[in-house]
Amino acid sequence: MAARRLKLQAFRVVVFAVCGVFFLVPLGAMLEFSTRGNDVASPRTLAAWQRIPSTPQLADAITASLELAVITSLMMLLLVLPTMVWVRLRLPRLSRVVEFICLMPLTVPAIALVVGIRPIYIWISINVTDSILALAFAYLILVLPYSYRALDAGLGAIDLKTLTEAARSLGAGWGTVMLRIVVPNMRSAILNAGLLSVALVLGEYTFANLLNYENLQVAIQYVSLVDASTSIAVAVAALLFAFVILLVLSLIGSGQAVDKPKRPALARIGSWGQRT
Amino acid sequence: MNWHRFHRLVFAAATVLVVAACGSSSTAGATDWSTQTSASGGGGMDALVAAAKAEGKLTVIALPPDWANYGAIISGFKAKYGIDITSLNPNGSSQDEVNAFDGTSRAPDVVDVGLAVALANADKFAPYQVKEWNDIPTGAKEASGKWYNDYGGYMGIGYDSSKVPTITSVQDLLGSAFKSKVALAGDPTKSNQGLNGVIMASVANGGSLDDVSKGVDFFHQLKQKGNYVPVVGTAATVKSGQTPVLFEWDYLSASHGKDVSTWKIFVPGNAIIGGYYSQAINKQAPHPAAARLWEEYLYSDEGQNLWLKGGARPVRQAAMTSAGTIDTAAAAALPAVSGTPQVPSGDQTSKASTYVQANWSAAVA
Amino acid sequence: MTAAGNPALSAAARPLGGGRRLPLSWLGVVPFFLYVGVFLLLPTGIILAGSLVAADGSISLANYEGINKAFMYKSFVQSFEISAASALIGAVVGALLAYAVATGNPTGFLRRAIMSASGVVAQFGGVTLAFAFVATIGTEGVVYKFLLDRGINMYPDTVWLFDLRGLTLIYLYFQIPLMVLVFIPALDGIRPQWREATDTLGGNTWHYWRYVAGPLLFPSFLGCTLLLFANAFSAYATAAALITQGGIIAPLQVQALLTSETGSAQPGLAKALALAMIVVVLVVTSFYTLLQRRTSRWLT
Repeated sequence: MAARRLKLQAFRVVVFAVCGVFFLVPLGAMLEFSTRGNDVASPRTLAAWQRIPSTPQLADAITASLELAVITSLMMLLLVLPTMVWVRLRLPRLSRVVEFICLMPLTVPAIALVVGIRPIYIWISINVTDSILALAFAYLILVLPYSYRALDAGLGAIDLKTLTEAARSLGAGWGTVMLRIVVPNMRSAILNAGLLSVALVLGEYTFANLLNYENLQVAIQYVSLVDASTSIAVAVAALLFAFVILLVLSLIGSGQAVDKPKRPALARIGSWGQRT
Repeated sequence: MNWHRFHRLVFAAATVLVVAACGSSSTAGATDWSTQTSASGGGGMDALVAAAKAEGKLTVIALPPDWANYGAIISGFKAKYGIDITSLNPNGSSQDEVNAFDGTSRAPDVVDVGLAVALANADKFAPYQVKEWNDIPTGAKEASGKWYNDYGGYMGIGYDSSKVPTITSVQDLLGSAFKSKVALAGDPTKSNQGLNGVIMASVANGGSLDDVSKGVDFFHQLKQKGNYVPVVGTAATVKSGQTPVLFEWDYLSASHGKDVSTWKIFVPGNAIIGGYYSQAINKQAPHPAAARLWEEYLYSDEGQNLWLKGGARPVRQAAMTSAGTIDTAAAAALPAVSGTPQVPSGDQTSKASTYVQANWSAAVA
Repeated sequence: MTAAGNPALSAAARPLGGGRRLPLSWLGVVPFFLYVGVFLLLPTGIILAGSLVAADGSISLANYEGINKAFMYKSFVQSFEISAASALIGAVVGALLAYAVATGNPTGFLRRAIMSASGVVAQFGGVTLAFAFVATIGTEGVVYKFLLDRGINMYPDTVWLFDLRGLTLIYLYFQIPLMVLVFIPALDGIRPQWREATDTLGGNTWHYWRYVAGPLLFPSFLGCTLLLFANAFSAYATAAALITQGGIIAPLQVQALLTSETGSAQPGLAKALALAMIVVVLVVTSFYTLLQRRTSRWLT
């Protein structure tokens, strides 16, 4: 047992070391470049970073992107998760269709997809609203492949049918089943789907750009073209910003798992398999 | 009330109404600027400025701040007229600019496009003639004013003189001192700048504006010798030393001087390829008056000199030099060019483009 | 409700004509399909309609014939190669990394940091990613020079960073974190009872993975690999910045045909290509479905 534990720890250390080098070295190279002076002999400077707050309309763009991230993630959870549960329980023959539909947005390059969705957005701009928040509908489509896969992995790990039948036979309505049975058992899957959605929305450029909206990535494009070092500084800053947002999200997400056990009976049913 | 008095009352009321209507149409913005073809036609520059200020916003597209000093031009316009400018898609291509005409209120008002795109999309533009229309040479504009050249430059080879020896001819690039150092600033199969780089290489190697094959062969040789780097050259790749030799418009090359103090520009005497961009106004511009005011600003002495400061050659340069309004210091700072520039026509560009599309991958893969 | 307590009759096996349950079941998926219909299927239809319009404005299949060229096929084949390679390698390495994370403290900071970092990096790409890699292992790169000083030349003959091999390596940068994020929920579902059962039956680690955990995780693993494949297949921004060689992969062809400013923009052909890409992924998905069915037969 101890030997197995040791082997596992050794495995973990090796994997983290190799992956750490692979992922952190290029980021380090970017950081190094963004602080370079203009001549070989010039000292390190933060001038490139100091140019970032001068982005026109940066505050508006950040707010818009954050709002879009929240709206898209909520819509994803409200639309995709119940549909996936329903299909698994009642319409398994549709599962392949749903799976392919959820994969479709990823099969076409974003610029081609924009061409198709543009007429719909022109209609929305003229007849409904000019607000950038309308982009949430398109972003939900973009988020479908990733969130479907994360949620599917989570759904596959729990015995959905037994759990729901047990809850229903105890008298729970579908709302209770979703909120008290399914969701608590899929914490890590829901969290990961949420992380992927937020990260996608914060990093999304093509749709906003080609539909003439100004989200975070579009706004920082302008200042990134002022200067060589600024272009890289801006990219690293955007990555760090998204990282912090996601970290906060994951702290909120798994923070709630600590005060879970309130109803003993349901909690026991709920604790089959999922540890988050 | 007797009939006669009633008649008079109605007539008076009608007259008042008609006069009021006429009055409002000549003051409060009934001039439809989207159909005006010149400032004077709409009531003069003052009327134009007032209408533009009333609109309050302008949307431009594909104008990076370090491209021919557009950063200063945009802030100059904002400061002079107090009109807010939204700059869409700064990295976009000319085709992206025209693709963005979607009829919504967020569409761009004005565009700055290459010749090929201007020719192909002339029906999307509103004709307009700036005050200085006659200063623009005949071949540099569309007769009714749908598009008109704004600035241009020559295709040059920018290089970091501390990393490679001085370049005196295009053939120097085949030398061993240039291993893994030569790059283009755009993919010639889709970028106007990249294509002109290959055309310049072709002319410098014995080809012509009609024959781009020598250029493709030249890059093939570069690739064989290991001198060619397929990365798209940007300010970041220049500063980091990834692309120390870059085929680029000379005015764009000039902007690298602030990152690399030893940056020099070489324009081959036997292959001076000129490229001009063109201004055009969106027929369905959401802010037609502001769009026209922008054009007036760009072609004013102030606007043209700002482009000159960015290293580009403004289209009114000859006229301004003889009028004495040119910024002589900036004009002197332009790279010296001896020889006759050649500018590829629309047909020559598309012929070259077709050839490059078919043969580029095989040449540099 | 007579079938409620009968395990042999699951909802799926209910005969088509039987019960009023069926129409109500379909109601449950209406919101999803309505939304997807407007924002995904309708745009696809618009793209399809656009692809049937030839360059001269007439309705024809000319654009589909335009795909029938050697360099188009080559770009599809090359797309397929890098997508498959980066998906498989990314899936394996990602699964290992996911396992390393999943076996740690579930509420620990390391897990949260890695999950958040994975989310961010999985969406990273384009010009900046290309720049980061060239700055690291390009000919002026930090790591390249470091290794060169110690006698190891990474590029003995050609600089492979700038061809398909380099592109595959760069794609791994966002494929691996994506795999970590989508596969970890499956790993979280590994129950200690499985290991205990294997131990009781006298099996060792190899038996555990080969006969118990492996097959149970395989359907999920396969689905995640498919996602990685599609992700790489439609990615183009990184390749566009790294390789000015025309359309060496299919999405670059699409980009060129939509945004080319040298007069060669052909939106109709671009749309036909986009649909061809959907067809390719449809074919791959069918193989995946077949494979899934065979390997998870005993799980139902």
